[in-house]
Amino acid sequence: MRIEGYGRIDRDTPLNFSFDARNFQGFKGDTLASALLANGVRLMGRSFKYHRPRGVLTAGSEEPNALMEIGQGAARTPNVRATMQEVFAGLEAHSQNRMGPLRHDLLSVNDLLPNFLSAGFYYKTFMWPRAFWEQIYEPVIRRAAGLGSLSGQANPDRYETGFAHCDILVIGSGPTGLMAALTAAEGGADVILAEESAHFGGRLISEAEELDGQPGPDWVAEMLEALHETGRVRLMNRTTVTGAYDGGTYGALERVGLHLPMTPDLPQECFWRIHARQAVLAAGALERPIAFPMNDRPGIMMASAIRSYLHHHGVAAGRKVTLFATNDDAHRTALDLMAAGVEVAGVMDSRTDAQAQGDYPLFAGAQVISTRGRQALREITIRQGGSEQRIETDCLGVSGGWNPTLHLTCHMNGRPVWNEDIAAFVPTEGAVPGLTPAGACNGVYSTSRCLSAGVAAAGAALQAMGAKAPEMEIPEASDSPGKARALWLVEGKGRAWLDFANDVTSKDIKLAAQENFRSVEHMKRYTTQGMAPDQGKNSNIGALALLADATGRAIPETGTTTYRPPFAPVSLAAIGAGGQGKAFAPQRFTTSHEASVARGAPMIEAGLWYRPSYVPRPGEATWREACDREVTMVRTHVGVCDVSTLGKIDIQGPDAAAFLDFVYANMFSTLKVGRVRYGLMLREDGHVMDDGTTARLGETHYVMTTTTAAAGEVMKHLDFVQQCLRPDLNLRTISVTEQWAQFGVVGPRSRELLNTLLDSPIDNDSFPFMACGEVGVAGVAARLFRISFSGEQAYEIAVPARYGDALYRLLVAQAEALGGGAYGMEALNVLRIEKGFITHSEIHGRITAFDIGMDRMISARKMCIGKPAASRAGLQDPMRERLIGLKPVGAVKQLTAGAHLFEEGAAPVAANDLGYVTSVGFSPTMGHFIGLGFLSDGPSRIGDRMKMVDHLRGVETLVEICDPVFHDPEGEKLRG
Amino acid sequence: MRYSGWQVLKQGLTGNKGWQPAWRDPDPKPQYDVLIIGGGGHGLATAFYLAKEHGITNVAVLERGYLGGGNVGRNTTIVRANYGLPGNSEFYSHSLKLWEGMEQELNYNVMHSQRGIINLFHSDGQRDAYARRGNTMINQGDDAILLDNAGCRRLLPYLDYDQTRFPIYGGLYHKRGGTARHDAVAWGYARGADMRGVDLIQQCEVTGIDIENGRVTGVQTSRGPIRAKKVAMAAAGRSGQVAAMAGLRLPVESHILQAFVTEGLKPCIDHVVTYGMGHFYISQSDKGGLVFGGDLDFYASYAARGNLPTAEHVIEAGMTLMPMIGKARLLRSWGGIMDMSSDGSPIIDKAPVEGLYVNAGWCYGGFKAVPGSGFSYAHLIATDRHHAPAARFRLDRFNTGLVMDEEAKGSQHNLH
Amino acid sequence: MRIKCPLCGDRDSREYTYMGHETYLDRPGDEGWSADWDDYLHLRDNPAGVTRDLWYHGAGCTSWLLVERDTVTHDILRVELARDAKRGRG
Repeated sequence: MRIEGYGRIDRDTPLNFSFDARNFQGFKGDTLASALLANGVRLMGRSFKYHRPRGVLTAGSEEPNALMEIGQGAARTPNVRATMQEVFAGLEAHSQNRMGPLRHDLLSVNDLLPNFLSAGFYYKTFMWPRAFWEQIYEPVIRRAAGLGSLSGQANPDRYETGFAHCDILVIGSGPTGLMAALTAAEGGADVILAEESAHFGGRLISEAEELDGQPGPDWVAEMLEALHETGRVRLMNRTTVTGAYDGGTYGALERVGLHLPMTPDLPQECFWRIHARQAVLAAGALERPIAFPMNDRPGIMMASAIRSYLHHHGVAAGRKVTLFATNDDAHRTALDLMAAGVEVAGVMDSRTDAQAQGDYPLFAGAQVISTRGRQALREITIRQGGSEQRIETDCLGVSGGWNPTLHLTCHMNGRPVWNEDIAAFVPTEGAVPGLTPAGACNGVYSTSRCLSAGVAAAGAALQAMGAKAPEMEIPEASDSPGKARALWLVEGKGRAWLDFANDVTSKDIKLAAQENFRSVEHMKRYTTQGMAPDQGKNSNIGALALLADATGRAIPETGTTTYRPPFAPVSLAAIGAGGQGKAFAPQRFTTSHEASVARGAPMIEAGLWYRPSYVPRPGEATWREACDREVTMVRTHVGVCDVSTLGKIDIQGPDAAAFLDFVYANMFSTLKVGRVRYGLMLREDGHVMDDGTTARLGETHYVMTTTTAAAGEVMKHLDFVQQCLRPDLNLRTISVTEQWAQFGVVGPRSRELLNTLLDSPIDNDSFPFMACGEVGVAGVAARLFRISFSGEQAYEIAVPARYGDALYRLLVAQAEALGGGAYGMEALNVLRIEKGFITHSEIHGRITAFDIGMDRMISARKMCIGKPAASRAGLQDPMRERLIGLKPVGAVKQLTAGAHLFEEGAAPVAANDLGYVTSVGFSPTMGHFIGLGFLSDGPSRIGDRMKMVDHLRGVETLVEICDPVFHDPEGEKLRG
Repeated sequence: MRYSGWQVLKQGLTGNKGWQPAWRDPDPKPQYDVLIIGGGGHGLATAFYLAKEHGITNVAVLERGYLGGGNVGRNTTIVRANYGLPGNSEFYSHSLKLWEGMEQELNYNVMHSQRGIINLFHSDGQRDAYARRGNTMINQGDDAILLDNAGCRRLLPYLDYDQTRFPIYGGLYHKRGGTARHDAVAWGYARGADMRGVDLIQQCEVTGIDIENGRVTGVQTSRGPIRAKKVAMAAAGRSGQVAAMAGLRLPVESHILQAFVTEGLKPCIDHVVTYGMGHFYISQSDKGGLVFGGDLDFYASYAARGNLPTAEHVIEAGMTLMPMIGKARLLRSWGGIMDMSSDGSPIIDKAPVEGLYVNAGWCYGGFKAVPGSGFSYAHLIATDRHHAPAARFRLDRFNTGLVMDEEAKGSQHNLH
Repeated sequence: MRIKCPLCGDRDSREYTYMGHETYLDRPGDEGWSADWDDYLHLRDNPAGVTRDLWYHGAGCTSWLLVERDTVTHDILRVELARDAKRGRG
């Protein structure tokens, strides 16, 4: 119920929302949890395994029970913590993990069978009959597993990522963090103050504490003003720092728009990478539960959460409240509730020497041993001394002490240290370089000492940066953390929960120990404790204590599980915001792209580039029609094709020739100015890296081309050779792939076409096969190369990229006038197969020069990259699969790439496998399918008939092994 | 004690107090016939098969931490037999057959689920390369289906077929591939080995390997010296450190691989799906979490934790491929130490020292190999002859050039 | 993780790619295959601790860098241009 005069909500802004299709009203500043509590709703979810009714346990991101689905359709988000979801107008929330309505979940039948569903039961059964596991058992288990469900659709929301830099990152804005941030800013540092909640101030907003004589929240407001005044503090609320990484890098998730109604431009979340020179961890501490029988009912929550709902949201979590505590701190809840006019029916303090701090019934030395009220708590049973007693109550606040929120300090393999005084783990010093924990997360529990700790930590951070720590005034505040004593488990009848979210009870922990899963990692995996959405925040220490007890060890000896990023779960859409749709990788377009698209050419991906598959003409119904026509067109007239995507590397310097000799297998220092040569490039392990051409444009000026696919790899390799192997060589290299638009002009009328455009005409003598040089095209300085990937008379002409579109259109127009036209990748592929030219379909990474019949290209006169490794015995075996051509000679006239080759009479099994087909195409020139492939001892088998089998496509046929060069084997057309 | 549904019922009725320890906690004896260094999936499986197939039970597995605490304790749980090269093809084929009988063999439900794995491809060239591999699989006696775009849409309707950066041309579908519960595999083999008399010694770090006259005589450990005739290494990412104790250098570099899991969700991904244009693979565990991973972090490391650039890149690939996972939340991330071999394929061989055996170089693919590796390694240790399906995993293959470069990347360790 | 490129300054590790151990700088002089080549291409000390390896600042100045760092803690101890390191060792 709502309490007048309490809460920092905006009572002038009521907001309507729905939960499980029922309408409710809350206020701006409410969370879904506080608004539901205010409306008397206690039942908020069902537990994972037993489907027990559950209510909200906490008031923070560590909430294990009140997980809900928010939104509808594609925007539906599962597993949202009701404690973190701020209410906005029109918010739709649904409970999850139930079959039927929340009040009558049919799967709660599981709760009748706990003894059979104990830890690890599924490892011991579901094995018989064998087929049943996949057919029956597993599908049932999978349907019962998980909590919320994804919508299955791509969500339309926007997400962002960002980088931020600062001198000092302060994580947490409670008293420690605020003082640290102000100290850092006063010391001249650029500060980011990251706060997980919507509000700054940490616990001060949830307590009735005073600092410097004023209410905590007022002091917080003053501090925020002071931080703003420095001009050096960036306040980031709703921002959870999720991970600490190497080099002062922190991941953080900002909830940008989750508290507002969705609009198209509003990002939902932003994932930040924050680089900080120094950081202060002021993340506070989390209250921990006590494991007692039946401790999981709706209405049982953390004592500090009751205070949060009261002071922050003006909500009383119950009408007749009880408390079960092991420490003085929890008694504050009784005092605060009574001051607000809420009845406190009793405080059960397990310490026999507990003292009352006010006028409420205190049961010293008492423990809660049972509870009743399935859909909502209505009664507890306590044991004090030898006697038992029942107390009527609708809300039980539990406090087993506090755990420092030290998770980030463990993200870099650090392990926390057990502190017996506070019965909690505290951070190890220096666990994350540059991160200083301070305040409650460092085991300091009094407000006054937290304030000082914040100042000290920021001071240390400033000094580590070489700056001076300023003098700071510490406000007056409470200095007593109070006394506490640990109580981990109350023995009794009924299950006692440790991990609420995964339904792990004390019996499960004991069973793990009994079955010798003694290490804390084994216990965790066997019971699944700590593996639920709350990541063990509410159960790790309790479970560890139980395991220690069950195995006769002390807590430090038993160890602790470590913590890994993220501190709180982060949506994949946020971290992966850069990846949705086309944004995943850059798109690279050639200068002829628009012209191709205008022609209706389907554009296909070639690495990051887009290239036309074919350029259809009216009347052509299939790609094959276009392709066949283009191949013939090129071989009989002339074709134009954009080859800009091939890598182009400019190489200049007195030692350029020596460099080329080193990186290529064949000789390049003998290449004359004005000539181009085919080059084979090996990896140092002796296999083929790439092939291409290199043109000598001047005395010390070369231009290398690579394949499209390997351009980046080759560039990096050339940089490696220069810098890491041969810094003695005097040369420079640079990629010019994007600087030059380059087009193939191919076919018997190619020279004729060029001569209509060149400023000075060329002929076969002035520009023979493999010549290169600078030419003018309509007054533009261009480069011309006479090289051929098709076996026809052919040239490649390159202009600065800004002229690319114009030149392409001009070339295509001229080609069409000569009976030819533009052609695409499919035709390009057929043309090169007809000539036995290889691509990365053949040089697929496991191929040597020997395999493709080019071993003699490895010059004997010089060293080159890859030469020694290529001489290994295993790479010289003639029985290796080596390059051949093939054509169908059986009844089936088809070839498929990926098919394997066998002797005619051999069964198509692994033992008989002799090779495979890499490239195929229908050759209009030859009138049948042709292909390239690799066959054991291939060159010796030319003329043989073999069986080609493609199980996948159901194609089997006889083929004849032949020379890879199908068309014009003498190469006459090239040189004309 | 035999596990069964009947036993679960019976024990449940009596308060579960009758369940026995899954394995003993023996102190190490002064001497064994065989010592296995490393209590992960491969080490435990080796011990099991030594006992079961060869009757060799005077064996100890020495694990410096807790059993199954390394890579078998946190991986993306994929089981498959879809390799393309001779040497790999027959090995994984054999391993998969062992998977198919594992529950019965171990009397432990490892939750092996042959839900199918689909390797997506995004160009004609990629398709043809997968076709070559699929045909290899069928030649081997395993299964493969080549799906086109329409076939993928039917099977995996939640992928982005329209907006994605690299269109989905199709996929290679291996129905017998799938997943298994990784911890259960380690525990199942551990229990099986233990009940056959193998000593599983935890919290026992090997600190030295004793060699006399070129022959192994035992090890030094944090729990004292232990003599043995045969010492078999199975230390995964720490293979280099262990080998160094015997004065050996391996063709291995240790790298981090990150793995990720989301909060539990109702079933939405029924298969294992791998992306072809960025290293990314995903499946959904029986507990509902989406389990996924991708590339290495790429720098040599023993830190067992990774950094954000790789995590972001992996998740970005997931988002372009199946944007519906955007609303799922990353719950936990891990890093494991991968022993990356120079050609990306493993080593199961005798070491140059008599009585010493090497099992290393599994890169990030060791989980699916657990039974096959254990079986083949046990065979080698027991008989000193190579098991046929693993016969090519030689230590000297890098020197001879008989490398098995499945990813076709060359000799740089981290590219595989 | 951040690496301080001598030319570009302190940059996020995502700008770099890693190749492998500094061994790659010492290309054997043998013309034919040898034990030194096997060592160069394949065998590694693979230390858990301080090591030196080669990184490429591909998204920056395209310099190759020799980085001294710890493979257990990821501390970056020293960064120099690979060409300087290579010149230094001949």
